[in-house]
Amino acid sequence: MIARLDRISLLAVPALVFLAAIYALPLMMLLAKSFQGPEGTGISAYIEFFSDPYNLNVLWRTIRVALLTTLLALLIAYPTAFAMARANGIWLTVFLVALVLPMSLGVVVKAFAWSILFRANGALNEFMQWIGLTSGPIRMMFTETALVVGAANVFLPFMVLPIYAVVRQLNASLPDAAASLGATPLFRFTHVTLPLTLPGVVAGAAFVFSLSISMYVIPSLIVGERQQTMSMLIARSFLYLRDETLGSTISAILLAIAVAVVLFSSWLAGRLGARQ
Amino acid sequence: MTRTDEIFRAISWVIGIGCVIFLMLPIVITVAASFTSSPVYTLPPPDWSLRWYKSLAHKSGLLDAVMISVNLALVSTVISLVLGTMAAIAVARGRFHGKQAVATFVVSPLMMPGLVVGVALLQFFREIGLRDAYWSLLLGHIVITLPFVMRTLLAAMGSFDFSMVDAARTLGLSYPKAIAKVLIPNLAPAYLTGGLFAFLASMDNYPISIFLTDARNKTLPIKMLQYLEEQPDPSLAAMSSGLILLAVIVLLIGARTVGLNKMIQ
Repeated sequence: MIARLDRISLLAVPALVFLAAIYALPLMMLLAKSFQGPEGTGISAYIEFFSDPYNLNVLWRTIRVALLTTLLALLIAYPTAFAMARANGIWLTVFLVALVLPMSLGVVVKAFAWSILFRANGALNEFMQWIGLTSGPIRMMFTETALVVGAANVFLPFMVLPIYAVVRQLNASLPDAAASLGATPLFRFTHVTLPLTLPGVVAGAAFVFSLSISMYVIPSLIVGERQQTMSMLIARSFLYLRDETLGSTISAILLAIAVAVVLFSSWLAGRLGARQ
Repeated sequence: MTRTDEIFRAISWVIGIGCVIFLMLPIVITVAASFTSSPVYTLPPPDWSLRWYKSLAHKSGLLDAVMISVNLALVSTVISLVLGTMAAIAVARGRFHGKQAVATFVVSPLMMPGLVVGVALLQFFREIGLRDAYWSLLLGHIVITLPFVMRTLLAAMGSFDFSMVDAARTLGLSYPKAIAKVLIPNLAPAYLTGGLFAFLASMDNYPISIFLTDARNKTLPIKMLQYLEEQPDPSLAAMSSGLILLAVIVLLIGARTVGLNKMIQ
């Protein structure tokens, strides 16, 4: 019996060996490389990176854009998940198609479609003038707002789906029970609905944040070289400058942020799970 | 139902419908731009024409890029389905410590910065002397597809009754045969969904592929970005519309066989 169970555990070995060799080991080597400057081992590359105000500016912009993208996606996704959970028949199909179909449109094409919309003579500007929102064309292309809107659009399904998964399982009678006990709508939301849906929010927000902190195609098509992000610095240092130490250092910083997000969100998910 | 509830409900519907429009916008733009007669992207198009669909036929290198991308996506998805099935069974049924850690590790490439993984693989392959672009790309794409497969299969196997496999074993089937004849057919929706998302993720990957390609092995997203930088004419929109049509067909088949709501679980 023990032998058979052990054999089943061994089934994980091929995937683990593969990922250890072709994923974990290369990342470790990249980390090691970031500590090897021209004058020996040390953190000189990091000191150099963090002492340049331009780099700090890029780092802050990357984090800011990722936070705003996550926030915008959450603001749209949270009410949408509730509408979806109440929808049935044709409306549910409409929601599901709108979430799944855009995934088939490559991110290159999606980002380019947004760049068409954002142009000064583009459709969005003409529409806003037509409905009287603005009197003349306003500059949207190459702005951070455009980047956040475009990124939120691309990553939105990854926020809606986990929240929808928890909202759908929400027992509709719970808030009603709270109401019959005299709870106000706000109290019901903050004490019943929100805590129960928080695991979905954490899962979606962690995923969207880690996608937007490392996005490359979207900023290069919507804001271009003028406003670099961390990913664009990495691509530039490896593909154009051929400065591998600098590239490895920036990669290691981005990697550290991503790992922190994974660890923090799984810790948070564990705590939320334990509380219920 | 109080007045406040009604207001909340109305707001969630307004935002929900806004969300659908927002999500569909890039698709509408792309399809509309593909039927333009003008050589630049202007919306609305001055006149309608099919010229950009015709121009696809003699776009150099485009077919090659589609072929290499489909090839990579298919092969890496199949390998991931095999590796993922084995690992998910081990996590679901094995008796060892750190199951959660194994699951997290296999799914983790999903949340790692693509460009960083790409750079790391580039340096690693150079170190071990792997120079062939196809093999480098394939190994990289397995890292991309495996988490998608693993995530779906783990969820599906969590609610699968493994005593069915044991029953098949007592009836004389070997363990691999029992898996193939009982587990996989029962989890067909998960296989279809996980496989589909893995396939799409591989087809759409730019950040890892860009570091592993050479002049002969350019994947579709790389080729498309290159076209956009060189001559952004609406033929790209025409090709994307073709891919959208393909996705609609796949979705229709998926909705008919699995059900849309089941696909996204």
